[in-house]
This record gives sequence, structure tokens and C-alpha cells, in this order.
Amino acid sequence: MNKSVTNIIALSILWLAAGITVVVLFAVISYVFVNGISQISPAFIFTWPHGVNAEGGVWPTIVSTMYVTVLAMLIVAPIAVLAAVYLAEYAVQGRLVGMIRFAADSLASVPSIVMGLFGLALFVEAAGLRFSMLSAALALSFLMLPIVMRATEEAIRAVPKYIRWGSYGLGATKWQTVSRIVIPAAMPRIITGIILATGRAVGETAVVIYTMGQAINLPITPLDSGRPMTVHLYVLAMEGINLPAAYGTALLLMVLILGFNLGARYFLRRASKRM
Amino acid sequence: MTRSAEDSQASMPDSADPVSMTSGEQGSLRLVSRATHIKELALKNLFLLCAFVAVMGVVLIFAFVGLRGWPIFAEVGPIAFLGGADWSPTVGQYGIWPLIYGSLVVMSGALVIGTPLAVGTAIFLSEIATPRVRGIVRPAVELLAGIPSVIYGFFGLLILRPIVARLSDGLGFGAVTGWLILAIMIVPTIATLSEDALRSIPDGIREASYAMGATTWQTIYRVLVPAAKIGIIDAIILGMGRAIGETMAVLMVVGNAPHIPDSVTEPIATLTTQIVMDMPYAAGMHRTALFGMAIILFGVSMGLVALVRLLSKLQSSMDAGR
Repeated sequence: MNKSVTNIIALSILWLAAGITVVVLFAVISYVFVNGISQISPAFIFTWPHGVNAEGGVWPTIVSTMYVTVLAMLIVAPIAVLAAVYLAEYAVQGRLVGMIRFAADSLASVPSIVMGLFGLALFVEAAGLRFSMLSAALALSFLMLPIVMRATEEAIRAVPKYIRWGSYGLGATKWQTVSRIVIPAAMPRIITGIILATGRAVGETAVVIYTMGQAINLPITPLDSGRPMTVHLYVLAMEGINLPAAYGTALLLMVLILGFNLGARYFLRRASKRM
Repeated sequence: MTRSAEDSQASMPDSADPVSMTSGEQGSLRLVSRATHIKELALKNLFLLCAFVAVMGVVLIFAFVGLRGWPIFAEVGPIAFLGGADWSPTVGQYGIWPLIYGSLVVMSGALVIGTPLAVGTAIFLSEIATPRVRGIVRPAVELLAGIPSVIYGFFGLLILRPIVARLSDGLGFGAVTGWLILAIMIVPTIATLSEDALRSIPDGIREASYAMGATTWQTIYRVLVPAAKIGIIDAIILGMGRAIGETMAVLMVVGNAPHIPDSVTEPIATLTTQIVMDMPYAAGMHRTALFGMAIILFGVSMGLVALVRLLSKLQSSMDAGR
């Protein structure tokens, strides 16, 4: 076969691979959108589910999801950002840093079901926090930690060296340089990382099912239990009792996640333009 | 905070930063006040503590999941547990071989379908796509990674399962449906990492290949893919980890029958799905067995991460020796 014919065939196959990826994404999104859109109404969003078939709305599940996500974000963001500051600014390559990086990579790849059982064993049972927002948020924060750490470290490393030199040249200490020069410069990308990790937490099912419980409840204090949207969708879909509500929940969940992802992209683009 | 001249240089001799390195040599000159020095040191250790939370997390997972799961290895025995062909926990049979088999079957099929798709997409993104097309495909891949697994499961249950059912004269719950849905889910993991590997190849290598008269495909297949080999293998290993650990999406489409099926369109169960199925009612040794399965999953995922690190180390020592 002529080499240019081979070339054309091979390149078309690569186009096809990329095409399939894009088509699959649009298929999933449009499937959920088309079937879910007719379910969405203020009544669906703001009322409680009732009856054996969970008719009515999904309000408590939305509140539970938002509650636990915000709580997890508040727990993980400071720790992860400071951890990344250490790795990017202070750490000297060595066994300790190698161990921290290996641990972070391992945490990033822990199957979510393992994280769920871990949360159950440590926070729900051993620490006595029961099925609660706090247990779920703590378990989720271990899941989010490596994501925020990696994003922050990359953001800090992308800050040019000469800005730091300028700061040292003016007589600033290391901490002054980090806190007033480096972190503000890296802030847009750090926030993007936090938003993406938060989106991940919103979509998580296996972790929260064993740490938050499944009871439909409107959480008020961090020690209240609840049922997040993902678990609600899972229960509705698997029991097949109320498919319209499942479609509606799936759409709300999808909109929330896409909102987080697109929001992060928009934010980053705007911030990088301004610089 | 005062910025007096004495305050100006943090003396941290162990820091990697060239600026403060110089002050380390002049430590005896006391360029920095004692209070500032202590404060800087305290902050540094606070940050180290934060970084150490990651290590603590891994240790805690091992401790808490491991302690709960350990008795199954001690009392049932690793051979009967891992190799036993009968998972009937209600009558005291704790063999998880059918579940390990299920995990392996579901993972391998997903890799076979997903890897060409993902690597193809990665090559497309780094070598072929115009900036405009890339601007569509790349965000699509990233959004694909963001969609929650329960929505993939929902999609698989209601769209893919009926299609498989019609083609196979069955219910559609089985390994095949799992393959299809997992193949989609591992595409973003493999594609983004492979693309990074391809993009890190210097442009000079591409130009040299084109200058020899090679076509785009010859350049990709003879030059770029071999050069990015280790990076692509890393990507596939991490995709493998994602496939083994995936829970909800697989749970919703594989049918969850803990035995070795005769065909790939019959219901099957994996380690992850069986944990979710049994957790609501498991007690005693049954529950211990589930934690034992979780510790195996954790061990496998850590092992894969270690393998990737080993390969990258190999790669960099090879580069250094060149």
C-alpha cells in the first residue's frame, strides 16, 4: 500500500477516535437533558419527596449535597494549599518528600468504595460521629486533598522565579514572599483546582453512602445525617420505582457538575486574560 | 510586620532557595532577628505538617480498613479467602475468587475497548487537531472526566443495557455492558496523561522525521509513540486502576451475581460491586470479609501507583544515561 494512502486511513481512524469521544459526551449529556428537562419545576426542586415511590421533589437531597460539599471544601482547602506550598516552596528533594508525593498519588487513586468503608470504620464508628455531614465531609476531604494539592503545586510552580527574586531583593522574608507575592499570583489557578475538586465531591456516591447514610433528612447541624443527590439517584434508578424523578435528579446533578467545571474554566480564562 | 534591615533575610540554611542559601553562610552575622527566624521556622513546620496529612491518610486507611479486614485472613486463611470458588457468606463460605475473576474480566474488556479510543484521542489532540478542533475535543474529554459515575451507571442501565439485551437475547446485565460503560469512563484518564506524554516530546524530533520525508502517520507510529511509550504505559496503568476501583457505574449494569458466568452477557459481580450489595445486611465475619476485599482493592491501587513511579524512575535514569 502506498504510504500516503496508509497515512490517510490512519489519520481518519484517529479522527474517528476523537469523534467517538465527543459524541459519547454529547450522548450522555443530551440523554439526561432531554429526559430530565420536563421534570424540572420549582416544585420538584423545592419540595420534599414523599410516599413509597418518592414522589414530589428532591429538596433535602440538594441541601445535603451542598452542605457536605461546602463543609469538605472548608476542611480541605487550607490544608491542601499549605501542603502544596510546602512541596513547591520549602521542600528539598529527599525521602520525606518522596513519601509525601507517593502518599498523595496513592490517595488520588484509592477506589471510592474503599474510601467509603474507611470513613465508615474511622469517622462513623470509631470516632463516634455517626452517619453525619461531618463524617462524610471528612471522608470526602481525603479524596479531594490530592486534587487540590496537585493543582496548587502546579499553580505555584508556574509563578516565574524572577518575581520571587524581586521580593527577596526588596528584603522580604520567605513567608512574606510566599504569602504576599507567590500565593496571590497563583490564586486563580488554586481556586480553579478547588472548584474542580468540589465538583468531584458533588458527584461522589460510594464515599457518602457509607458516611452520610441514606435517610431523607434536611441537615441543620454538621452531626445530622442526610441523603445526597447521587445516592437518591442511585436508589431511584436501581429500584426502578420512580424513573421520572430519577431523570430529574440526574439532570440537576449534571447541571451542578457542569456548572462547577465550566465555571472553573471561565474563571481561569478571565483571570489569565487580566494578567 | 516590620521590614527593617535586620528583618530582611530569613536564615534557613536547609532551604533549596538560592536567595536564602547565601544567608545560611552568613548565619553568624545575625541578619535576621531571632523572633522572625522562629516564626519562619514554625510556619515551615506547620506546612510540613499539612503535607504530612496525605501520609497520615494512607496510614489511617491501612490501619482502619486493614484492622477490620485482617481477621478474614487470619481465621479463614488467605488461600481459602482469595482462592475459594464459593461466595456464600450466609453459610460461611467466603471464597472471593469469582469476584476477583469478575473484576479482572470487567477491567480487561474495558481496557481493550477504551485504550485504543483514548490513545487515539490523545494522538489526535497532540498531533492532528487544529487549535479550533482541539478547543472542542479537549474540554469534551475533561468534562467526560467530571461526570459522576452514578450518571454513567444510569445511562448504562437505561440505554446500553437494552441494546446489549437485544443483541444477546439476555437481560443485558453482564460483563459486556460493564465493558462499554467503563471504556467510556477510563478514556479521560488515559487520554489526558497520554497527551501530556506526547506533548513533552521536543518539536525537533517531529521536524527531523518530517524532514526525512515521513508522513504524519509514519511520524506518529515510528517516532512519537515509541518516544512517549513509558508515558502512555503509565496512563494505561492508571486507567486500569480506575477500572478496577470503579463502583457505582459497574454496580448498576453488571447484574451482581457472585459466580463465574458461562458467557460475557450473563450477570457477574466484581469486588467493588459485591461490597455495595452486601454492606447493608452484612454482620460478623461477612462484614470482615468485605473489609478484607477493600484492603485488597487498596493494595492493588497502591501497587499500580508504585509501578507507575518505578517506570518513571526507570525512564529518567534512561534519559540521564543517554
